[in-house]
Amino acid sequence: MQSRAIELAVGLFILAGILALAFLAIQVSGINREFDSKSTYQLYAEFNNVAGLTRKAKVTVAGVQVGLVTAITINPESMRARVDMVISSEVKDLSEDTIAAIQTAGILGEKYIALSPGGALETLSDGDRVHDTQSALILEELVGKILTSRATNP
Amino acid sequence: MTILDQIAKLGQGGLVVVGNLGRAGMIVALALLGPPDFRHGPALLIRQLYSVGVFSLLIIAVSGLFVGMVLALQGYNLLIRFDAVEALGQAVSVTLVRELGPVISALLFAGRAGSALTAEIGLMKATEQLAAMEVIGVDPIRRVVRPRLWAGIIAMPLLAQIFNVVALWGAVIIGVGWLGVGADAFWTNMQDYLEFRRDIFNGVIKAAVFGGVITWIAVFQGYNTVPTSEGISRATTRTVVYSSLAVLGMDFLLTAVMFGVN
Amino acid sequence: MTEFSSETSNLIEINKLCFGYKQRAVLNGVDIKIPKGRVTAIMGPSGSGKTTILRLIAGQLKANSGVIKVGGRDITRMSRNDLFLERRKMGVLFQSGALFTDLPVFENVAFPLRVHTRLSDSMIRDIVLVKLEAVGLRGARDLMPAELSGGMARRVALARAIVLDPQLILYDEPFAGQDPISIGILSDLIKRLNSALNLTSIVISHSVPETAAIADYIYVIARGKVADCGPTQRVINSEDPRVHQFMHGLPDGPVAFHYPAPDYRSDLGLDSTSHPSWPK
Repeated sequence: MQSRAIELAVGLFILAGILALAFLAIQVSGINREFDSKSTYQLYAEFNNVAGLTRKAKVTVAGVQVGLVTAITINPESMRARVDMVISSEVKDLSEDTIAAIQTAGILGEKYIALSPGGALETLSDGDRVHDTQSALILEELVGKILTSRATNP
Repeated sequence: MTILDQIAKLGQGGLVVVGNLGRAGMIVALALLGPPDFRHGPALLIRQLYSVGVFSLLIIAVSGLFVGMVLALQGYNLLIRFDAVEALGQAVSVTLVRELGPVISALLFAGRAGSALTAEIGLMKATEQLAAMEVIGVDPIRRVVRPRLWAGIIAMPLLAQIFNVVALWGAVIIGVGWLGVGADAFWTNMQDYLEFRRDIFNGVIKAAVFGGVITWIAVFQGYNTVPTSEGISRATTRTVVYSSLAVLGMDFLLTAVMFGVN
Repeated sequence: MTEFSSETSNLIEINKLCFGYKQRAVLNGVDIKIPKGRVTAIMGPSGSGKTTILRLIAGQLKANSGVIKVGGRDITRMSRNDLFLERRKMGVLFQSGALFTDLPVFENVAFPLRVHTRLSDSMIRDIVLVKLEAVGLRGARDLMPAELSGGMARRVALARAIVLDPQLILYDEPFAGQDPISIGILSDLIKRLNSALNLTSIVISHSVPETAAIADYIYVIARGKVADCGPTQRVINSEDPRVHQFMHGLPDGPVAFHYPAPDYRSDLGLDSTSHPSWPK
């Protein structure tokens, strides 16, 4: 075969490989879902317990996804878990007394953060902290509580 | 035979293995070290990418399609018992991107390209072409081995990604098109779980390592072959057996390093 | 092109050369002098170590002991890189031709030029066509090696061996397995190239008449040693019984027809002591 044709074939092969990689990166790992920084703003919240919550977990308002978790770290002063999230700019004017709760999709499903706006007039803006939080509901603890309460109050 | 004789024989076998390992290592060192050849290198590399990569494309794509379809069927049958068919996309893509993509395409690559490499180099040795190169003053390790090694390292990750995409397509055909899993759930569950750095990038690294190991084994077996038709056929078989074992062994090690045991 | 640095009239001087694999010695103290500008044949029966000598001169094998001076420089002590440089001054014609099967005839001959020189394409084309013309195969430039007969493949390989204008050409069994016409063409080529290009040629062969017709000097190797050497005519008339047997192709002589075996009669059981019941 002519070397020109070989070069073309190899070029197409490499192109196909790179396109495949790009497809996997964008469509499969969902890089495109890491919300564009221009149309988002950041919030953070501190929880007593975030067991089971992961990076890229959903953030919802009334069950509709409005953002996702970008980082989970520990605040060394309070020894509580700090969760950073990005929220789409379309959902602005979340009230200052919004509650962030870690909830579970179904009994065994994945953890996500549900935001429930309150009635305050002041609103949250970029970099603010959501003060009211409810930690993850841990099934084992719940079962344990029920059992001990049964044992003490027969 | 006394026990002493047997121990001596065992020791001798060990020496042969270690000696071969040393020779194989030297071939790689000589091939990868040393100044690059800008004048002839690119053309030689393209030629090898063609015979190693383009020729493997069809078998990789067809196998990928079937693997993806089977994964979707089996995954669906398992997940439906837990009422969690929405997780099909996630299950299939994790299996593919992390493990089956690199490993199956590497095994196919060993059978398709690795054996051809061994036979080609063995034949070049048997027909004195390597010796002729040496007396012309061209180092056959630089001229023959180097472009093939690089071609393996470059082609393998590309082939694995193509395998992944075709397999995913097969899974969508079966899962979404045939079994009726919601397309939205299929993709969003996948996207929620997979991460580029942890899953896809590690898969690319795995494939590159496999490509290097397979071509290394293939090239060494060709170079070390007994230059007869019987010797070449034995060397070809050894290439497929050794490189398949090496791929599976390396896969375990790499998985342990990359994904740990948490 | 490049010249061997030498003050003597011998291009190659080999002294006390020894070579062997593990226990088996192949060469056991060989002394050979190859005069410049002549055709020297190294002959001997199969397995006598002729081809080993060629590989040692080309530096493809390492001698156990002894000295091989090519143009005054000992190649047994050369580094890998120096050896590759030195080999550019040698052409080797392998027994099988050893053409690169993935390249057409033209590219096979052009190969050494493309790797070692930076000549323009038109210059390379001219040189290759001149060399192909010298071996009579200018018209075969676009064929692939698989399409050539054995004799033609060897001629292409010869064109490739002389394309860098070497000082020295080594021929490994150039006549083996060739029909009479090819033998005639090849021996004529070896002789003509040697005088036309002012080459030094070494022919490794066991075909006596063809080799004797073109060689100026002959070395006969037997059992890892030089059995006889000298001008062609003198070696043909050698008094040494082994050399005489080899040069004249006698079936029996110092090299016995029979492989060592126990006594024939007793092996067949014809000995009276082993079968006393047999009639006498």
